[in-house]
Amino acid sequence: MPVDDERKSVTDTPVESGPAPVEGRDKVVEEAKVEIRSDLDIIVARQKGRALAAALEFSPSELTLVATAISELARNIVQYAKRGDILLRWIERGGLRGIMVRACDRGPGIEDIQRVLQGGYSTSRSLGLGLSGVRRLMDEFEIDSKVGWGTQVTVRKWVKR
Amino acid sequence: MEPETRTLVGGTHHAAQSTAELLRQLVSHLRQNRTQLREEWARRITEAKLLTAMTKEEIFAEATSVYDNYVEALETGTFEALQAYARGLSERIIPRGVETDEVIGIVLLLRDVLARSLFAKYQNDFALLNRILDAYEPAANRIANTVAVGFVQERERVIREQQEAIRVLSTPVLQVRERLLILPIIGVIDPQRARQLTEQLLRGIRTNRAKVVVIDITGVPVMDANVANHLVQTVEATRLLGATVIITGLSPEIAQTLVTIGVDLGKMNTVGDLQGGIEEAERLLGYRVIPSGETTEHLRT
Amino acid sequence: MEVPILKQGPYLIASIQSALGDNDLVQLRDSLVEQVGRQRSKGVIVDVTALDVMDSFATRTIRDITYMIRLRGAETVIVGIQPDVAFTMVQLGLKLEGVPTALDLEEGIAFLNRKVSTTGKETNARGR
Repeated sequence: MPVDDERKSVTDTPVESGPAPVEGRDKVVEEAKVEIRSDLDIIVARQKGRALAAALEFSPSELTLVATAISELARNIVQYAKRGDILLRWIERGGLRGIMVRACDRGPGIEDIQRVLQGGYSTSRSLGLGLSGVRRLMDEFEIDSKVGWGTQVTVRKWVKR
Repeated sequence: MEPETRTLVGGTHHAAQSTAELLRQLVSHLRQNRTQLREEWARRITEAKLLTAMTKEEIFAEATSVYDNYVEALETGTFEALQAYARGLSERIIPRGVETDEVIGIVLLLRDVLARSLFAKYQNDFALLNRILDAYEPAANRIANTVAVGFVQERERVIREQQEAIRVLSTPVLQVRERLLILPIIGVIDPQRARQLTEQLLRGIRTNRAKVVVIDITGVPVMDANVANHLVQTVEATRLLGATVIITGLSPEIAQTLVTIGVDLGKMNTVGDLQGGIEEAERLLGYRVIPSGETTEHLRT
Repeated sequence: MEVPILKQGPYLIASIQSALGDNDLVQLRDSLVEQVGRQRSKGVIVDVTALDVMDSFATRTIRDITYMIRLRGAETVIVGIQPDVAFTMVQLGLKLEGVPTALDLEEGIAFLNRKVSTTGKETNARGR
């Protein structure tokens, strides 16, 4: 986890989503980690994610959203970093319950995070493909990346009561 | 903190007692006087004209449970049981029409009843009374809060469910002809409702094997960029399922909104009104269309 | 995991059974392109009913399939996209532009029949 000033990060939480995310404040009920090394691991990660989301009782269409977001995050790892891992967590915060997905890798890192996030989705082979899309699907989105160190993307989605 | 109790002659000089010790005294007092305090509380509830939706017997029964849970929370210092009880209680009384202010009212009344009885008991030892009240206050506040919040949360959940039911009922996806669906949208759409509409529509396309969908937005007064985006997404998703979309009732204002967010209206299939839209749909489906008032027939394209 | 490709008259039908890895998708693409040439097929139907997730890679590959098969003089149609999957795709911004889609196998075959018999004429196909 990059800690010095050169780390670039973006955190956003839409105002409507409730209390601000503070690491350590969320209660972790369950977690699982999937190592990502090949394209087959992408499927494992998204199926495990889907199962966790189902246990959380997300709606059927939200299950697909979650699985697809995980697929994109895992794919970025395979494509740009060759290996990394996906952490899946059942989290609770102030009466809400939801899923947290954290994709970590020691890949090349992203030089210009803002540009990557601004882009509407494109099917070109540019870096950060799909990240802006993933951000649209999730309630919370955080990204930390440093060139030469790696990238960590954390997303959360809450079950609407 | 070690409880240190030195009782001198006259009983007016106590060294610092721990909060736990004071609460224990309090709890035992509340238990000893349970019957009388509970009755007084129930009486005051009726006097204050609270819980009018319930009978005297019901009030007494619930008062008993609340009282016992209250005392137990004071005793154990844990509030999970109270929380669970509060939710159960709310589930019972909300359908009876009990309002939030009544629930808060009765909890505050109980606080008052208990505080007064403490005044009565310890009136000869002002210092001790103060210490007991100091121990009692935070716990009592927490209890009031727990019960009120439990009630409000339950109430919000019920309201959401009711709104949900209304939403589902008020936006049917209509099948008027084979392979043709109509989705009339009425009223102001918020993002959540927009999402539901799309899900219902897409499922409807699959179930009815629809090839053409007419989305009528005549009844939509305003549309912000978010919902307009959503409409565009709905059109795109419908295409992925192999169906054509015709949008009818597009007002100039909404057309402007769509243009502002970058939608190419030329690519969207729009028709002025619903009737025209249905005719266009039937034309696309290859039906013979005989417009009212005319005698010519449109042949199959 | 290989996807079975069936020949039905002038068309090829590929039914994806379950979650496909990236390599399998690429293999499917290559097989279809090769088979279209060998069988001289006029059309290809790719049935994605069993796909529970269509992500960026799957979308790209399906577009590749469509374009490459068009270069071979045949048309492709994608059928069976699930409602939830379609919804997720548009929210993610994944577009299947230029790729014809139909509801199911029956509609897909009907589409190909129209396309093949009325070449050049505007139909209510999904490929714009």
